[in-house]
Amino acid sequence: MPTDVENWKSEVYGNEVRDRLFEFAEAGFDSIPDDERDAWFERFKWWGLYHQRNGQEGYFMLRIGTPNGVLEPGQLRVVGEIADEYARGPGTNPIFGGAYADFTTRQSIQLHWIELSDVPAIFEKLEANGLSTQQACGDSWRNIVGNPVAGKDGQEVVDAWPVIRELNETFKGNDDHANLPRKWKVSVTGSADGSGQGDINDLAFEPAYKAVGGGEGGVDNDGSEDAVGFNVRVGGGLSRNEPRLARDIDVWVPPEKVPAVAGGLSALFRDNGDREDRYNARIKFLVDEWGPEAVRETLQDEYVDFELETAGRDVREEYTYNTGSGERNDLIGVHDQKDGRNFVGLNVLVGRMGAGDVLELADLADEYGSGEVRLSQRQNVIVTDVPDDALDAFRDEPLLEHYSPSPSPFMRGSVACTGTEFCSLSIVETKNRQVRFARWLKANVDLPGGVDEFHIHLSGCTASCAQPQIADVSLRGMKTRKDGDPVEALDVGLGGGLGDEPGFARWVTQRVPADEVPGAIANLIEGFAAERDEDESFRAFVARHDDEELDALVEPKETDYEDPMLHNTKRTWYPYAENDAMEDAPPAPADD
Amino acid sequence: MTTRLRVLDDGAWISVDDDRKVRVSELWRLDASDLCDCALTDLVVENFQAVGVDGSTVEARVYGQCIACGEDGTTGWIPVGRVHGGSFAEIDRDAVRRPTDCSDG
Ligand code: HEM
Ligand code: SF4
Ligand SMILES: [Zn+2]
Repeated sequence: MPTDVENWKSEVYGNEVRDRLFEFAEAGFDSIPDDERDAWFERFKWWGLYHQRNGQEGYFMLRIGTPNGVLEPGQLRVVGEIADEYARGPGTNPIFGGAYADFTTRQSIQLHWIELSDVPAIFEKLEANGLSTQQACGDSWRNIVGNPVAGKDGQEVVDAWPVIRELNETFKGNDDHANLPRKWKVSVTGSADGSGQGDINDLAFEPAYKAVGGGEGGVDNDGSEDAVGFNVRVGGGLSRNEPRLARDIDVWVPPEKVPAVAGGLSALFRDNGDREDRYNARIKFLVDEWGPEAVRETLQDEYVDFELETAGRDVREEYTYNTGSGERNDLIGVHDQKDGRNFVGLNVLVGRMGAGDVLELADLADEYGSGEVRLSQRQNVIVTDVPDDALDAFRDEPLLEHYSPSPSPFMRGSVACTGTEFCSLSIVETKNRQVRFARWLKANVDLPGGVDEFHIHLSGCTASCAQPQIADVSLRGMKTRKDGDPVEALDVGLGGGLGDEPGFARWVTQRVPADEVPGAIANLIEGFAAERDEDESFRAFVARHDDEELDALVEPKETDYEDPMLHNTKRTWYPYAENDAMEDAPPAPADD
Repeated sequence: MTTRLRVLDDGAWISVDDDRKVRVSELWRLDASDLCDCALTDLVVENFQAVGVDGSTVEARVYGQCIACGEDGTTGWIPVGRVHGGSFAEIDRDAVRRPTDCSDG
């Protein structure tokens, strides 16, 4: 039997949702019939609108998909202005204030507290400036990710930016690919650093050389010329306690054929994915069932009209991003561009930036760079095109005290998802908690010599939006009892990371009460410092210990860290409200 | 009178007549559950997999973990509330629940 969601999608979905959305916006939130709300909320996702959780009725999260995280000159200012004008609601965040933008792990932007009646005006402003929310959520092509500095990166093998733009133009608003069984997450990377994180996407294109007649590129041992293009992997994803790495389907494609192969695989998923069970719908499960060979065969036989090449020579050995290796493990700091200028990665703690700061950053990007800003998959921002002689003055800007190009390792390594503040699925409070953790760790814990990065990712539930499984320390929302009372807790995983040999964190310690987590991390780092072999990385250290030994190192402990959110934040309408009880939830916003 | 039952938000809520009524992230105590060997399973409710009704009892199958022993998985049908005269009342969250073994949902 098809699911409710499939039934709703089969009635109305995709582009046609827009007109109805605008009608409801015009007539007011209450014009959505009660018994159709859930169906419409599901459909609105396709246009980037996600109804916030219970207790926040009538307010929406709005996601702007910025392909590859690229914000062209002027676009960040538009985002800041929209956040300032529209992303305010009845709840004020004690750390971040009243209007802010979230930079996400898939290089998108989320705004909260959006009212339906404001949506047409917001869309108009976004679209007039080349931005869009189309397919930012829902069951289709999501925001395409990659190395955010594509086209500029000194370490580039092939420029993926024109390829990403073409995919975006081809598959956004494309009715043939508008209604897939589940989300479809694509990564296209041209750099040799692995920063596109292809391994955890449904479909990944990774840089690779192939000896094909007459191509350009390097010269092989046998003297033939190598063309640059992409190897293809399928079926990665982290959600639901079933993390998978994308599997190699033994295909190499030249840049100009990427849309045909990507469209073929998206159609294969559309036709063969499981529409009866949403938990089993992602293509990772189809790849489990079929095996990569059958995926390749079906793609060749039914979905493309040319002979597929076999995989080329990849550059995975050179990957550094999120590997814990110490080199370009993220894109923070000053790095060379191909054209002699620089890109400067700035740390945004847990990806959240107040609207005023967004506007100020847009000004700084104009002043010191070209006005362009890019977003990384570690929830950070990158100001590009900064000439050498502007670097010092840029670094001296007061805003960079908060968004630093050389942050403390604990600030730098923190990633957190949305959590109970807005998300229905969450089991615990996340972003503010991760800020408190990072501040406490910065003040109280020293990493052993030579270790200047340490990634801690916090996800509120197993959906894994903060990509916890690929961090040094993975934290995942749980519940436990402390002195008999239910409290928010975290499972602790260790030693995950990407690279040539990616691996997911091992969950070694379960259900640590949230207030004991900083102490547990401090103890773990102390044990690491004491037992480390010479200049061993944390990931290598974890790899040579078994789960029991690691569990012993993670010793939960109460410290002077205080957690104001230990109670069930899920039972509140907004965890930080003075009167936070669900009964005190504000009514849906009245139409202006 | 029929009752409209749905699992919404990717398993985060059980909705009864288009109202989100039962949420994940609570701790439930289960007597003699099939999830683990504990006499009293102390279940973190992480995800609703299915919802059904047996007479006036609304039941769900739940993905979660017993915090007493650490076992995780999907339970059989567990009562979550009752429908009386068209309105739904959730079972007291601190009550001990006894899994039922069938549902027509
Ligand atoms: C209202 C807030 C959000 C909700 C309700 C939500 C919902 C979900 C759900 C249900 C999944 C599991 C998907 C599946 O089973 O296929 C998921 C996974 C994921 N989401 Fe979110 N999400 C939210 C916010 C975010 C944010 C802020 C980001 C950052 C872009 C994000 C990125 C991801 C990623 C990277 C994954 C997991 C990786 C994967 O399996 O592909 N989500 N989210
Ligand atoms: S990981 Fe879970 S809690 Fe966090 S945003 Fe994703 S769905 Fe929500
Ligand atoms: Zn048990």
